[in-house]
Amino acid sequence: MQFLTDRKRTTGLGSAKDGTEHLWQTKVTSVALVILTPLFIFMFGAHLGKDHGTVLAVYGNPMIALIAIVMILVTFYHLKLGLQLVIEDYISNHLWRTVAMLGNIFLCYAAMAAGTFAIAKIAFGA
Amino acid sequence: MADVNRGNRPLSPHLTIYRPQITSVLSILMRITGVGMTLGSLLAVWWFLAAASGPEYYDYVNGIVTSWLGGLIMLASLWALWYHVCNGLRYLFWFEAKHLDVDKVTRSGQAVVAASVILTLLTLIIIL
Repeated sequence: MQFLTDRKRTTGLGSAKDGTEHLWQTKVTSVALVILTPLFIFMFGAHLGKDHGTVLAVYGNPMIALIAIVMILVTFYHLKLGLQLVIEDYISNHLWRTVAMLGNIFLCYAAMAAGTFAIAKIAFGA
Repeated sequence: MADVNRGNRPLSPHLTIYRPQITSVLSILMRITGVGMTLGSLLAVWWFLAAASGPEYYDYVNGIVTSWLGGLIMLASLWALWYHVCNGLRYLFWFEAKHLDVDKVTRSGQAVVAASVILTLLTLIIIL
């Protein structure tokens, strides 16, 4: 193994076979979330607790709906990457690790689908 | 690299005998806020799903999310979000090998804590 250069080690992609892809995706989504968070959070916070009609009217706006959908997609993709690291670090039992890994993937994609569907339904007229 | 120079080197001190420092505490907080926000983000999705479902179910879920406990979770998530964003920016600088000196890391850590509190209060002022 000592004959391998650092570059070869990287292109060899390790046991996960995807090299630095995980870190890169985390960085890309984090930059996106730095932009999306202020666009989303004030609108979301201002209407949390308001009556149903107001929420439907606000998220009926295409721009507000789109920001909310993209926020949910990127957030849960970033969460999936982050939770995966935490699972890999703290759960060593193979069975539990596999269960947690699958649970993480299922939960995050389910949340993406649910959030996108919900906001799209509101935007198209609930 | 995992396979290079893996000699008989000493292990790093165990966590429990290591004096907490702002750098280590903020590092652990980054994970805690990230994992913790799972709950707040799922509540947000549930709230959107309820709004899409109809007025009765919306009132029910909206009541839970804005209840004493739900409100506390959302408030904690708001601070966690701003902390995670600010500290995440700090990580992005580190990835470019910038601001990594000990005194800079300490000062940027203090700045991140201050910014997260200020942004949380600012958000509350704007939305309430």
